[in-house]
Amino acid sequence: MYHVTVTVKRRPVILDPQGKAVEQGARLLGFKNISNVRIDRLIEFTIQSEDQDAANEEARQLCTKLLTNPIMEDYELKISKI
Amino acid sequence: MKKPVIGVVVFPGSNCDHDAYHVFKHILGEDTRFLWHKERLTKGYDIIILPGGFSYGDYLRTGAIARFSPIMEDVMAFAEKGGVVMGICNGFQILTESGLLPGVLVRNQSLRFVCKDTFLKITNYDSAFTSGIREKQVLRIPVAHGDGSYFAPPDVLAEIEGNNQVVFRYSDESGNITADSNPNGSLGNIAGIINKRGNVLGMMPHPERCSDNTLGNDSGIDIFKSLIKNLM
Repeated sequence: MYHVTVTVKRRPVILDPQGKAVEQGARLLGFKNISNVRIDRLIEFTIQSEDQDAANEEARQLCTKLLTNPIMEDYELKISKI
Repeated sequence: MKKPVIGVVVFPGSNCDHDAYHVFKHILGEDTRFLWHKERLTKGYDIIILPGGFSYGDYLRTGAIARFSPIMEDVMAFAEKGGVVMGICNGFQILTESGLLPGVLVRNQSLRFVCKDTFLKITNYDSAFTSGIREKQVLRIPVAHGDGSYFAPPDVLAEIEGNNQVVFRYSDESGNITADSNPNGSLGNIAGIINKRGNVLGMMPHPERCSDNTLGNDSGIDIFKSLIKNLM
């Protein structure tokens, strides 16, 4: 079995409203040096498989078909045997 | 001639399905049926409406999960054969997620949910949705969305513009396309687009919410009338 962690990031050209709101909040709290806040999405799941290449391929397919929209998002995938 | 049959798809979280049904069924008097998203699309339909709302609670991305509802596979096949599909608001988001329309709808630039009347300049009269309203230049139609900012990469945007796929742009009352009249930060003030073939329309504003004269504005009905006229 494999454990997969997917980090989904909005493309830099796409506005990140949560990041912007957090940045504004940070400024209000007095954190004057904080900027470029981006909030990504972390998705975890397990894959029932004994073969790492097959598990990797399945995870990639899930990322491109459902977990991300390639027009506005990129993703990073980490896979480890458990 | 046979009357057209209209199907209004109901996803979990749709909330403008009854408005769309009311317009087609009671105002235009057409044969209109609700289609639960787990059903399969049978033959005989002429127009499929993907209504507004918050399908699947907008989880993951707007429209991302609804796009995999069983009926969507059939709706995509229907559209590929030339069937007329119209997605309003969340329906537009589902159409972009399913790849039936290019681009994507992202969070409003203001970060706020916007609910107000907008003016739409009709920028393409060749589509089935607008060819019946050549005498009008601007329609007053409300928007109600948090994720309605149209985005597409530069090459895709150039293609959309080159093919004259933009049907509606946010404008002022006189039809001037200005930054002030853009409610959400959409590129090019884009409010509605069609696919290359012209049989699929997606729009963020809600014509079904302003098609009944008792509500004080019925400028949305023109779009539906144009569509029906084109089918006959």
